[in-house]
Amino acid sequence: MDTIRTEYLEERFKELQSAQTGSALQNWRSEGFKNFSKLGLPTLKNEEWKYTGISRLFTKDYTIPSKKDNVIDRETVDKAAIPGASGMEHLVFVNGKFNKDLSSFQSNDGFEICSLEEAFNGKYHEDAEAYFNKSSLFIKDGIHALNSSFMNESVFIKIRKNYHATKPFYFDHIFDTTSNHLLASPRILVVIEENANVQMIGSYYTHGSMDSFSNEVMEIVVKENARLEYYKIQNDTPNGSHTGTTHIRQVGKSYVHTVNISLNGGMIRNNTDIIMEEQANEAHMYGLYFLKGNTHVDNHTLVDNTKPHCFSNELYKGIIDEHATGVFSGKIYVRPDAQKINAYQSNKNILLSDTGTINTKPQLEIYADDVKCSHGCTVGRLDDEALYYLRARGINKDLAKSMLLKAFAEEIVMQIKIEPLKEYVEVQISDRLQLAD
Amino acid sequence: MLSIKNIHASIDGKQILKGLNLEIKPGEVHAIMGPNGSGKSTLASVLAGREEYEVTEGSVEFEGKNLLELSPEERAKEGLFLAFQYPVEIPGVSTTNFIKAALNEKRKYQGLEPLDAASFLKLLREKAALLELDKSLLSRSLNEGFSGGEKKRNEIFQMAVLDPKLTILDETDSGLDIDALRIVAKGVNTLHNADHSIIVITHYQRLLNYLQPDFVHVLMNGRIVKSGGKELALELEEKGYDFIKEELQESLTA
Repeated sequence: MDTIRTEYLEERFKELQSAQTGSALQNWRSEGFKNFSKLGLPTLKNEEWKYTGISRLFTKDYTIPSKKDNVIDRETVDKAAIPGASGMEHLVFVNGKFNKDLSSFQSNDGFEICSLEEAFNGKYHEDAEAYFNKSSLFIKDGIHALNSSFMNESVFIKIRKNYHATKPFYFDHIFDTTSNHLLASPRILVVIEENANVQMIGSYYTHGSMDSFSNEVMEIVVKENARLEYYKIQNDTPNGSHTGTTHIRQVGKSYVHTVNISLNGGMIRNNTDIIMEEQANEAHMYGLYFLKGNTHVDNHTLVDNTKPHCFSNELYKGIIDEHATGVFSGKIYVRPDAQKINAYQSNKNILLSDTGTINTKPQLEIYADDVKCSHGCTVGRLDDEALYYLRARGINKDLAKSMLLKAFAEEIVMQIKIEPLKEYVEVQISDRLQLAD
Repeated sequence: MLSIKNIHASIDGKQILKGLNLEIKPGEVHAIMGPNGSGKSTLASVLAGREEYEVTEGSVEFEGKNLLELSPEERAKEGLFLAFQYPVEIPGVSTTNFIKAALNEKRKYQGLEPLDAASFLKLLREKAALLELDKSLLSRSLNEGFSGGEKKRNEIFQMAVLDPKLTILDETDSGLDIDALRIVAKGVNTLHNADHSIIVITHYQRLLNYLQPDFVHVLMNGRIVKSGGKELALELEEKGYDFIKEELQESLTA
């Protein structure tokens, strides 16, 4: 068996630090690497990593390019991008690092994009100090610490007060693995000011035949009366593995809507955390993992109700075929002061093969006494009654199955409120199911 | 067109049909009546090809083909239509897309091109009007949130679009108010013709007032124990099934 190697990472870490002398992120990275050295990679004994053997990804050496690399050309960007990208604020990240040259966005008074260093050193100093790296208080594992160790060319985005973005912000992550295995550590901090309204998309694309492991941390702060939609789309090659934390803080009464679509990739772990820090926050979280081959997708969600009158609704659905694995672990915390909250969670799975695996673990931790919470999960096959009904109308068994699976997925897909993105996902699903439209 | 000979069928090892015989000629309307548990719905399921039912003996010939060898979808494409007693709700599949898929599968089977969009919509509108089916139902998920009457009308609507040779109405009248019953019956009567035979499975006489069966059969304990004209249905309505049981008893002891 291949041995797990992480020792070489120290050398890479030193290389990065010496290449970035004077960076405002130096100390953050040092702290990150200290934590990584202490925590190590999570093992299956870690309750939060029980079903996802992430250390398996470390049986190979990864390169971690410390300098800006111009390895990706425009053509590759166009190939990687989701349809409709030209109508978006298109932010391209190459190997985890923001690449302004390949990006195309129209700056205006409504938002600003700069490097995290610039944010720390300049007028966004207060934001950076107040909001950066707070996710490490929730995700206390070596994977998160690894991102902090190697974050580089990270991005700060400010969505200003009252700005209603007409174009979605598209975080287009491209990983170049044409000659080496790659470890990328994208790091993004977004602050959405009062009354602002914004849609964001993240996608991941591995360019090359060697393996990529992208380890992302995205922190989003949502202020009073702001609205965020965040779509994470995973349709990478089997050699593209990913762990990502999307840590959303609702610091003012606000509205958050997330959709996570996972269709292809290697080993994938998504942490989606919503921290409700003000009264009457509202969040809707959706997920669809439709998997085949050996793809492994682990969705960990957290809704942390710290104040009264919050509302959250969560629905994750999985279709597992061939040798794929789906994991769902959904946690709802209700803190002692969070009275009169409503929190709903549901996870539904269809297992299509004998060789697929599903692990689902809903968890409620309630420390307030006047709340409405529910959770439920199902793992099953397609509904035999429905299948028979369609067949009795002359629809072939395979087509009937496909129609029912499409319908099962549709409940999540319809939650995508960006039309070209929704169409893209629908086409991917129809293709998978060999449906005509 | 349909010839059922000595059919025996069971589910979960329990014998339900015990030697049933039935001959149906093109254009005939046959009513099958019988008490609860006599095997009426089992007969419908066996004919439509529900896989949970096992046929242990006997044969069914439909238009010269061995029906029992065909899958449910092949039977449907050969022209058999079962109007379900409990139509299934299928969230996420619109009624229109469902019928389009069913119709195109059948056309493909017959070697025909799929119907073009305009002709399909025209057909849909025409048949929906016949069943007085609100057009908004067609874009909604199949049967989801439909009332009992809407579900049954939707079944007959599907029959109208698919134009089968043999329709089995499995307790289509149950749960229908008198207006819905009238609409359903009108729909069936409009579509019934010399090439379209109908089996009406029912508990009650009232649907038969509209449909005028050529034959009425009484199913008891897995077999047809008495057959007659439409007057038999009236007699059953008046006397219940007991008189048949008594007749059977007498014939056994005689």
